[in-house]
Amino acid sequence: MMFETFRTWFHRMGSPKWFYDITGRWIPWFGGIAALCLLVGTVWGLFFAPQDYQQGNSFRIIYIHVPAAILAQSIFFTMAIAGGIGLIWKMKVADMVAKSCAPIGATMTFIALFTGAVWGKPTWGAWWVWDARLTSMLILLFLYFGVIALQSAFDSKQSAARASAILSLVGVVNIPIIKYSVEWWNTLHQPATFTLTEKPAMPMEMWMPLLVMVIGFYCFFATVLMMRTRNEILEREKRTQWVQGLLSSQ
Amino acid sequence: MTDSSVGQISTWRAFTGTLKRDLLLVFRRRSDIVNPLLFFSIAVTLFPLGISPEPEFLSNIAAGVLWVCALLATLLSLDSLFQQDMADGSLEQLVISPHPLFILVLSKVLVHWLVTGLPLTLLAPLLAVMMFLPDEGFGTLFITLLLGTPTLSLIGAIGAALTVGLRKTGVLLTLLILPLYIPILIFGTGAVMATSNGMAVGGHLAILGAMFLIALVMAPLAAGAALKISLNG
Repeated sequence: MMFETFRTWFHRMGSPKWFYDITGRWIPWFGGIAALCLLVGTVWGLFFAPQDYQQGNSFRIIYIHVPAAILAQSIFFTMAIAGGIGLIWKMKVADMVAKSCAPIGATMTFIALFTGAVWGKPTWGAWWVWDARLTSMLILLFLYFGVIALQSAFDSKQSAARASAILSLVGVVNIPIIKYSVEWWNTLHQPATFTLTEKPAMPMEMWMPLLVMVIGFYCFFATVLMMRTRNEILEREKRTQWVQGLLSSQ
Repeated sequence: MTDSSVGQISTWRAFTGTLKRDLLLVFRRRSDIVNPLLFFSIAVTLFPLGISPEPEFLSNIAAGVLWVCALLATLLSLDSLFQQDMADGSLEQLVISPHPLFILVLSKVLVHWLVTGLPLTLLAPLLAVMMFLPDEGFGTLFITLLLGTPTLSLIGAIGAALTVGLRKTGVLLTLLILPLYIPILIFGTGAVMATSNGMAVGGHLAILGAMFLIALVMAPLAAGAALKISLNG
């Protein structure tokens, strides 16, 4: 029974029109929650959370840095899963979702790297260190660029979607391998001077705003993803009757 | 496609047939073998000229330089993997043949390794002498390249298959493939460094072997799927 419901839902999701309609109703909710969480989290994190006893106020960039870094990785997985669905069930909407993921993910990765550099300067005294986490983030950024470049290299949208789906699936297999090899490389070549891996246990007052920010970032991602996918749907389906009807009614 | 046409030649014959054909083609066009080797030698030569010719310094970076240059030489040679077959239409014949595509891809990758990876591995010790690699490192360098270059060819085949239908592939192929090569580079150079420092290398070699096996199982499948997409687009 559960499975049947899921299957109907899954099939409906495959219809661009149905996806367009349902996400149109979801966007205000996700967008609203995102705005609320980001506002509350930012004010809470920047003004009310206690100072770090070592880093003072500079640690507060964590409220942007950590959610962006988490998102950077989950978006890659989302992209690969959507790409895989598109590849297996030949579902156009999944292809469009995968395509819309790539630029958002690359932006999040860039934000994580940039805020990391800004945070690194006062804390470590350097904009960049070849720390394992920084390095694997940089490689993740290159993987995103690869997917985006491959997507734009094809003339046919279908081939572009399938080719980049394969590349993102290959990337997902490789991400853990890259992550662990970079970590091992780092411990091999130099003693771990600065490590972000072992975080000191964070007090609750610092951790709660971070949680709010992470939820806010996820909702923000969902909102932007739905908006981008809707644009993509309109562009690709512009010759269909329902899009024509939609345009003429406005 | 009827069963009798599958029965006409066995998959093994198809594998060896592709192998023989590709090897023959390469021997008719010998520059495909020589060019990556020349690139490898020249690129290695640039490092002493560009950074420092001092033996102590060079022996520190020797393993890394040799590995990076071998990696780039492999990358440059990937174009030849499917490009020629695409141009003369034989790639389509491979795709529509009744034999599993990954077997045929595997045979092409094997040829690619035999004509680039293997010669690079054989040439590396000579260049290692010029780079003052510590004596203990030679054996390890050779073994890591022997284990690592097939993986480079296998992963590279995915990128080559994804880009074979496109007009300009050079930079795109680099962007797709180099991030995936990083783990092999890390463990390849890591093993040579470890030997030079008198540490055990078993772990490094085991991981290089594991990466080779994963690539052997998965890369031909991915490359086969990618070829089908490229032919449609």
